[in-house]
Amino acid sequence: MNNERTLPQATWDFFCSLKLAMALLLSLAITSIIGTVIPQGNLAPQYLESIGQTKFRLYQALGFFDMYHSWWFVLLLVALSVNLFACSFKRLPQIWKVMTNPTLTLDEGLKKSLGNLTTLKVSGSAEALTERVAALVAAHFATPRTTEKDGSFHLYAEKTPWCRLAVYAVHVSILVIFAGAIVGSLFGFKGYVTIPEGGSASSIVLRNDTTRDLGFSVNCEKFSVSFYDTGAPKEFKSILTVTENGRPVAGLEKVPVIVNSPLTYKGITFYQSSYGKVGQHNFLVSTPEGGNPVQVTIPSEGAARLPDGSEVHVLEATQDVGPFLPGKTGPAAQLEMHTPTGKTFRIVAFGNYPELNREAVLREGHPAFRYLGGTEGMYTGLQVNRDPGVAIVWLGCLLMVVGVYVAFFMSHRRVWVQVKDGEVVLGGNANKNPAGFELAFDRLVQQLKGELAPGEEK
Amino acid sequence: MTSSLLFNVTTIAYLVSMLVFFAFLASRVEKLGTLGSLTALAGLVLQTGAIGLRWRESYQMGVGHAPLSNLYESVVFFSWTIVLIYLLLDLRYRYRVIGAFVMPFALLGMTWAQLALQSGIEPLVPALQSNWLLYHVVTCFLGYAAFAVACGISIMYLVRDAAGEAAAGGGVLASFPPVKVLDDLNYRAIMVGFPLLTLGIVTGAAWANYAWGTYWSWDPKETWSLIVWFVYAAFLHARITRGWVGRRAAWLSVVGFAATIFCYLGVNLFLSGLHSYGR
Ligand code: HEM
Repeated sequence: MNNERTLPQATWDFFCSLKLAMALLLSLAITSIIGTVIPQGNLAPQYLESIGQTKFRLYQALGFFDMYHSWWFVLLLVALSVNLFACSFKRLPQIWKVMTNPTLTLDEGLKKSLGNLTTLKVSGSAEALTERVAALVAAHFATPRTTEKDGSFHLYAEKTPWCRLAVYAVHVSILVIFAGAIVGSLFGFKGYVTIPEGGSASSIVLRNDTTRDLGFSVNCEKFSVSFYDTGAPKEFKSILTVTENGRPVAGLEKVPVIVNSPLTYKGITFYQSSYGKVGQHNFLVSTPEGGNPVQVTIPSEGAARLPDGSEVHVLEATQDVGPFLPGKTGPAAQLEMHTPTGKTFRIVAFGNYPELNREAVLREGHPAFRYLGGTEGMYTGLQVNRDPGVAIVWLGCLLMVVGVYVAFFMSHRRVWVQVKDGEVVLGGNANKNPAGFELAFDRLVQQLKGELAPGEEK
Repeated sequence: MTSSLLFNVTTIAYLVSMLVFFAFLASRVEKLGTLGSLTALAGLVLQTGAIGLRWRESYQMGVGHAPLSNLYESVVFFSWTIVLIYLLLDLRYRYRVIGAFVMPFALLGMTWAQLALQSGIEPLVPALQSNWLLYHVVTCFLGYAAFAVACGISIMYLVRDAAGEAAAGGGVLASFPPVKVLDDLNYRAIMVGFPLLTLGIVTGAAWANYAWGTYWSWDPKETWSLIVWFVYAAFLHARITRGWVGRRAAWLSVVGFAATIFCYLGVNLFLSGLHSYGR
C-alpha cells in the first residue's frame, strides 16, 4: 500500500475536477436560497415569535440567521476558490504551450485533425510560391512564420493567441473580488450617525454598537425635505461642513448631500440615509376637572408612559396654531394614546384653551392634556463607511467583465500552409465559434486562389 | 397619439406575430415565417416609439425620468428586450420557428402589463434618482431577455428530443432545427446573456456602493441575481464536462430562466428587501 502517494494525488485530482466545479456552483445556488427566505440578522425574540423554540434552535445551530457568514457557506466559497486555483494551475501550462510554442508545420497528423483543409494546385517552384503565399497571408490574415521541413515549406500564422487566457482572467477575477471583500472586512468599518440640524458629530456608532472617533467633525448646517404632490418624498438634503482642528476643511464647506450623492473625506464616506424629528414636548396631564396635575415630557419620536400605564406619543405639534385654526393662538399638539385596556384615543391639546381640552375629555373619558409647548428640529441620519477593499473589488469586476467578453466573443485563430512544388495546402482552426472561422477561412482561400493563379479556374 | 395607445397596438402586433409563427409551424410555408418575423419587427419599432413617447410624456408632466421605474414599465421593457434579442438571433441564424417559442414570452409580458398593471407615470423616489438606474436596469434586462430566448430554444430542444425518431417523419416537429443546432443556439443565447447579467450585477453593486456605501448586502434580490448567475456559470461549465451536454444542459437553461423570473418577479412578490419594488 502506498497511500502516502495516492491520497495527495487523489485530493489534487478531486480539486482539479470540473465535476466539483459544477457541484459547487449548483450547491451555492441552492443553499443561497435559504437566506432569502429566512430574514437575516434579526434579533432572537423576533425569530422565536414566528418559528417557535425547536426550529429556532435547529436554525441557529445551522447558522441560518446569518447564513452567508456561516462556516459551511464560507467553506463552500473556500472550496470554490481552491477548485478554481487547482484547475487553472493544472491547465495553464498546456494553454501557455499552445500560445507560445505552437506547432509550426502542417504535417499529416495535424492535417487529419483540422476541420478546414484545402489544396490548391498552382504552378511554380516551392521557394517562389512560399514568398508569394507568405505575403498574401500577411496581407489577408496575419504575418506568418516560415519553416522548412522535409523538402517543403510551412507557414504558420495566428491571430489573438492571448484570448485563450481570458477564461483564466475570469477565474482569477473571482479570487480578486474575494480578496477585496476580505480586505474590506479586515480594514474597513460600517457605522451610523445622526446629527441634529445645526449640530455636529465627531464620532459614529459602529454595527457592533461601539463608538468610533472620526478624527474630524461633521456639522449639519441645514436639513430639508421636499415632497411631490402625491405626498411621496422627492428629495432629502443635508448641508454638511467638515471641520478639522476647529477649522472648516477647504472644499468641504456647505456641501449638499442627498441620496445618491455622498460626501467623502479621508476615505470615510457619508451617505444620506434617513431623517427624523428631535425635540421634546411638555404637557400638563390632569383629571377632566383639572385635579392632580402632573407634568409629562414626550420626546418627538418616542412615547411617554402615564401612571395608569397608558402610552402617549406626539403625532404633530406646532408652537402657533393660528395658520391652521384661524382666530386661535398659542401652541397645539395632536396626540395618540393607547390605554392598557386596548383603547386608542386621538387627542388635540391646546395651550391657551383649557376649556376646549376639557370638552373633548368629558365626551371621550380620557385624561385632560394641556400642551405647554416644546422645541422641535430635524435630524439627519447618515450611513458612514470606510472600505479600503472597494478598489480591489472593482478591479476584479473589470477583469471579469472584460474577461467574459473576450472569452466568448474572441477566438485564437490559426492558419497553416504547406507549400510544395506546384501545390499549396491550407489548413486552419479556431478555439471558438468554428462556424465563424469557417467563413473567414473560405474567404482567405478564395483570396489566395484569386491572387495566386489569376484567371485559372480550379 | 399617446404612448398607451401605441403599447396596445404593439401588443396586438406581438399577438399576430405569434399566431403567424404558429401557422408557420403547422404549415411550413416559408413566407409565413418571414411574415412572423416582420410583424415582430413592426411591433418592436412601434414599442420603441411608445417607450420614447412615454419618456417624453414624463418630462411634460414635470417628473421626467427613463421609463424603467415601476413594475409596469419594467415588464414593458422586458418584452421589448425579448423581441430585440430574438430578432438579432433571427438576423444572424434565420431559424424562424424559434419565434413560435419566444414571442409568447413577449406577448405574455405586454398583455399582463396592459391589462393588469398600474400604468400611471410616477415620480421617482430619492433612491432611484441616479443615472445608475438606467445602466443597471438595461444591462440586467437584456441579460434576462437572452435567457428567455435560451429558455424558448431549450423547450424546443426538449420537445424535439422527447419525440425522438418520430420527429424525422414529418408534422410540426419536422420544421424544428436539428437538436444539435438547438443545443448550439441555446449556448449562443446564454453567451449573450451571461456577460450582460454579469455587467448588470456589477453595475448594481457599483450603484449600491455609490448610494449606500455597500456593494453587496445579501438582500434577497441581490442574492437571487447571484443564484441565477451561478446556474448559468454551471451551464457554461456543463458544456466542457462530459455527460452534461444536450438534454441536461437544456434543463439547466430552463431552470436558469425559472430562477431569472423568480429573481425578477418572485422576489418582489414573495420576499421583502430593498428592491420591492424599485429599490
Ligand atoms: C463563479 C465561478 C466561475 C465562473 C464565473 C467561471 C466562468 C467561466 C467562463 C465564463 C468560462 C468560459 C466558458 C466558455 O467558454 O464556454 C469558463 C471556463 C472554464 N472554467 Fe470556469 N468559472 C467559474 C468557476 C470555475 C471553477 C470552480 C472551475 C474549476 C474546475 C472552473 C474551470 C473552468 C474550465 C476548466 C474552463 C474551460 C477552460 C478552457 O476552455 O480552456 N471554472 N469559466
